[in-house]
Amino acid sequence: MATEAAEHQAHDTHPEPNYIAIFIYLAVLTGVELLVYAMQFPTVLKIGLLVALALAKAVLVAMYFMHLAMERKGLWIIAATPILLVFFCYMMLRPDLSARAWVSHPHPEQQIGVHEGQEASGPPSSSEASAPQS
Amino acid sequence: MSEAVAAEVHGHGAVADQYEPSLTPGNSGKLGMWTFLAGDAMTFGAGIAAYGALRYQNVNWPDPADWLGISLTAVMTFILICSSVTMVEALSGIKHGNVAKMQRYLALTVLGGITFLGCQAYEWHHLIWGEHLSIKTSLFSATFFILTGFHGMHVTGGVLYLGTLLARSFQRVFTVADSNLIEIAGLYWHFVDLVWILIFTFVYLI
Repeated sequence: MATEAAEHQAHDTHPEPNYIAIFIYLAVLTGVELLVYAMQFPTVLKIGLLVALALAKAVLVAMYFMHLAMERKGLWIIAATPILLVFFCYMMLRPDLSARAWVSHPHPEQQIGVHEGQEASGPPSSSEASAPQS
Repeated sequence: MSEAVAAEVHGHGAVADQYEPSLTPGNSGKLGMWTFLAGDAMTFGAGIAAYGALRYQNVNWPDPADWLGISLTAVMTFILICSSVTMVEALSGIKHGNVAKMQRYLALTVLGGITFLGCQAYEWHHLIWGEHLSIKTSLFSATFFILTGFHGMHVTGGVLYLGTLLARSFQRVFTVADSNLIEIAGLYWHFVDLVWILIFTFVYLI
């Protein structure tokens, strides 16, 4: 059993990626992220850049530390399934939340759960506050 | 492996009970770990998607920087990236039959995980007792504690997992054949690192 596995190792040893280079890429990308975070960019650009950098780092870890780049291509099906389903999950949540305007107050002394419209325009108009039925 | 190939060539199911996964040849445990991680990723993904959807429509979401220390978390990110590198070095060690190197780097990986958990414990202590933030305070605090807490439990699990492997390596001699064990454990550890990269960006930076 042990010799068989060892023999297999000899057959299947894929070339090791340059781990130190990947580490440097990850460290540099983290630095760039902190730089983008500290800069005064427009919000959309800032979020876009941060998400792109985070995804780049995640892909680097999956491809080279988790060896996805050196495995059989079919393993991508397993790796990519969660991404697809999470996208669906987000899209299923969005319409429900679009109908509401949550207000959160991190300070405990402040009131929690007050709707945005009530704060801004005094007495709530029931026609606006409740979503249309049917 | 060679037996399985021979059986395939001759068309006989001589070793039919010996499962040979086509996606990860020679290592069915790796396929198992990938499948587990895909499921785990869906749990994390659902958490992050819910967080994103809640935050998107919330005009009064606080600026995370007002509550969370970015410099400490940046250090935690760096520690976790370093521990991923020590993990691949440990794998590289056992693949070349160098058990001492594997043990050294495995110990460093465990140390990195413990340091990360220490930083997180300090952060939580500060937020809960210093800032009086609890999971019930707001959507911000609820999503924060759930996402970082769930991830922290994964790091704890990883520390136990790798610590167990390290302890086992002192009980019996690890050989090149055991590199599968280290590779599978490494998959888990890198996944935890990957999730933290996403949480660091989505929860702390944005």
